[in-house]
Amino acid sequence: MTKNRPKLTIGVTGLNAIDSPGPGVAVIRGLREAESFDCRIIGLSYESLEPGIYMHHLVDKTYQIPYPSAGTEALMQRLQYIQQKEKMDVIIPNFDAELFSFMRLSGTLRSMGINTFLPENEQFEARQKVNLYNFGKEHGISVPPAKVIYTLGEAQNIDKDFDWPLVVKGKYYDASLAYNPEQVRSAFNKISAKWGLPIIIQKFIHGSEYNVTGLGDGQGNTLAAVPMRKQYITDKGKAWGGISIADEKAIELTRHFVKASRWRGPFELELMMDKEGQYHLLEINPRMPAWIYLAVGVGQNIPEAVARLAMGWPVKPFEHYEVGKMFVRYSWDMIVDISEFETISTQGEL
Amino acid sequence: MKIKSNIAISDNGFVFNPVTGESFTANPTGLEIMNQMRRGASAPQIVETLCNMFQVEPTQAERDLQDFIEMMRQYHLLTYDEE
Amino acid sequence: MPTRKIYERPVIKKLEGNMPNKFGMRSAHEPTQSIEGHAVKDLINEFGSPLFVISEKKLRKNYRNARQAFQTRYPKVQFAWSYKTNYLDAVCNIYHQEGSWAEVVSGFEYDKAIRNGVPGSKIIFNGPDKTDSDLRKAITNNSLIHIDHLDELYMLQDIARESKMRPRVAIRVNMDTGVYPMWDRFGFNYENGQAWDALNKIMFSGLMDLVGLHTHIGTFMLSPNAYAVAASKLAHLAQSLLNKYNHEIKYIDIGGGFASKNTLKGSYLPGSDVSPSIHDFAEAIASALMNSDYRPKTPPVLVIESGRALIDDAAWLLGTVLANKRLSDGRRATILDIGVNTLFTAFWYDHLITPAQPITSYTEDTALYGPLCMNIDVVRENVNLPLLNRGDHVVVHHVGAYNMTQWLQFITLRPNVLLIDEEGGKHLIRRAESLDTITSQEIMPAHLAHFDL
Repeated sequence: MTKNRPKLTIGVTGLNAIDSPGPGVAVIRGLREAESFDCRIIGLSYESLEPGIYMHHLVDKTYQIPYPSAGTEALMQRLQYIQQKEKMDVIIPNFDAELFSFMRLSGTLRSMGINTFLPENEQFEARQKVNLYNFGKEHGISVPPAKVIYTLGEAQNIDKDFDWPLVVKGKYYDASLAYNPEQVRSAFNKISAKWGLPIIIQKFIHGSEYNVTGLGDGQGNTLAAVPMRKQYITDKGKAWGGISIADEKAIELTRHFVKASRWRGPFELELMMDKEGQYHLLEINPRMPAWIYLAVGVGQNIPEAVARLAMGWPVKPFEHYEVGKMFVRYSWDMIVDISEFETISTQGEL
Repeated sequence: MKIKSNIAISDNGFVFNPVTGESFTANPTGLEIMNQMRRGASAPQIVETLCNMFQVEPTQAERDLQDFIEMMRQYHLLTYDEE
Repeated sequence: MPTRKIYERPVIKKLEGNMPNKFGMRSAHEPTQSIEGHAVKDLINEFGSPLFVISEKKLRKNYRNARQAFQTRYPKVQFAWSYKTNYLDAVCNIYHQEGSWAEVVSGFEYDKAIRNGVPGSKIIFNGPDKTDSDLRKAITNNSLIHIDHLDELYMLQDIARESKMRPRVAIRVNMDTGVYPMWDRFGFNYENGQAWDALNKIMFSGLMDLVGLHTHIGTFMLSPNAYAVAASKLAHLAQSLLNKYNHEIKYIDIGGGFASKNTLKGSYLPGSDVSPSIHDFAEAIASALMNSDYRPKTPPVLVIESGRALIDDAAWLLGTVLANKRLSDGRRATILDIGVNTLFTAFWYDHLITPAQPITSYTEDTALYGPLCMNIDVVRENVNLPLLNRGDHVVVHHVGAYNMTQWLQFITLRPNVLLIDEEGGKHLIRRAESLDTITSQEIMPAHLAHFDL
């Protein structure tokens, strides 16, 4: 390892490495393995039981921060307190729900010495599920046809436009397959009760799911892209094992997406390949995925590149990655003294 | 009634029930009440102590104490057998 | 005796996953101890509780900010104060002093504007409820009548023919702007041609002066782009009139409905973060008009009927804790003297509520109930608040719009409304109701006047 590397203090969220994991711990592993800098990691947690809080070999210090629903003012006050003590250089947010707040605060954060590398508001909006179909149409990317509905009445003759089964999706999260109007009704009620309106009715694509994680520089250039095929999926739909693949088509689609949207920051594309071998874009996640460490492991340290871009340092596009490397996720029971839980619960930091 | 003897109460108001595994936090007033109860103080004695320590009227202190004890009861932190 | 410490109610709470912890939430609870330089406690001692407090300074500041937002982007702008948002005379007159016209939606509001001294020609008369006598009065006063439906259009033609007066009219247009719900119950629809039909009827009749086009696309709108769509559709209608009749309209009235910084129930992020600023709305509307294909000799005046966005954050509702109690499942409930009768908007907002006295970082989840003996009287179903005691005061924020018009005289009486002027002077602008306020309207038949019990 080279000496005299700069040292960065980096705040990371998403420490919930649970069965439906946040990406934070994987991101931190990438940062720890960065060749171009050393780092001190500040964990930013929402709850007292996020496993990352207790992983002291990865996280140097953790602070609780307010939920996005408390508003940016509350978040700012907390970050000011943390910044006084920690002098963070970079924050890497890893939750969809918090991105809005960090994007909004990015200017103020910069004036406090905290750098970020996040999508622009416009890109963030375009990727929202309700807008994705139009985004695809505009940029010549195949997105399964979708209809945004606000009432069950609008779903009445839905089989005129869609074949059975079809996908009923929530505005932010949740999706279920429906094979008949009755199931549409029940999914509509269940999902809208949880995530509100509208509901998205989407064409179901038979095929196999592929994912690509990548990084855009905001000028239209793709700095990193690693495609992965899920090998084992949990009952929550999360990949428990996956393998890096050499798929020029998926990479081509990724480059096209980055160029068309001038995407800024890391992202994950969820793709479905149909029987004819054509890719359809199902979703754009505006952050690194929980399996980001696979990208690190095959030669594209995206977390390191994100931190460098936030700092305004140059990043050379990754040209290669190792094909046929797998990740196999596992759970690990840490032994933690209750005094640590007590400290994070009563003091809000550990 | 008394606080169950196995309940751990730390100086910063963190309360842990080793039998159920549940944990709780109490504010300084709550902590003071629990410490008083541990020392065997009766309800009227606790009210008197609160009134000496804090700017509060006995009626209010009594009402709040009752509510606090009710919450401890709901959280299964109290025992009655030695009464 | 040693000095006694400040008392705080004892609390114990269970630590659970997915429960916001106090550190995360701490900053959400800065107490609001004073309003425009006056201690909340003093205001309540002097004027009672609950109490509405309105800041004249903030009202004027909001208005000037909005006017500037539009004037820097469009050459001719006219605001019209939406009476239904808050029609207390003192409030209306502040807007009239600033140059705002009046926008009314009933004969009652119309009379109130006239009584305030607004010239008839500067009153915009909207809404589906205009009686024959309302219309005659409005025509005589040369007011701007915005036609809502065909029956009204025919009624106006009849009156015009019979009275030999020329009403100055506009039509209200409803349209698809990509937002839900689409307000198609007011006015004439754009997409199906109703609006164009109505305009043709007016032009053919020759009995009325068609001076404007009006729309009002919804309420608490969070999308500036919807206004851009609306503005360009109105501009398109205006150009069609110019093409067919060589007739130029004098104004385009884009209505109001701009969101305030309140948080709608069910919204994940707070309104202070997601509501666009008045500049965002102004930019969308002005650029849509400037870029439209409408090419008149004189550009139309842009009329803005914004209510809520100008007044919501300029008023507060002060109240007092009546009692604390436990519900059957151990949840905390706090009863306030503020209920849905005074805070009508509690039906659709999660209002920001802060304590009015110093607090510590300890909080608890509580339901906030109003004073009414009615199950619907819920101010917040569940809110994380510092520990409140009986007699403590609270401040409800962003209450300027719709509360002082939609409040209910139900079970109890309506409270004082106080205005604080720009120098900090206090003015009672609406007296609290008394038993007499209510009973003076009642008439007792003689045979019911006496009883023995």
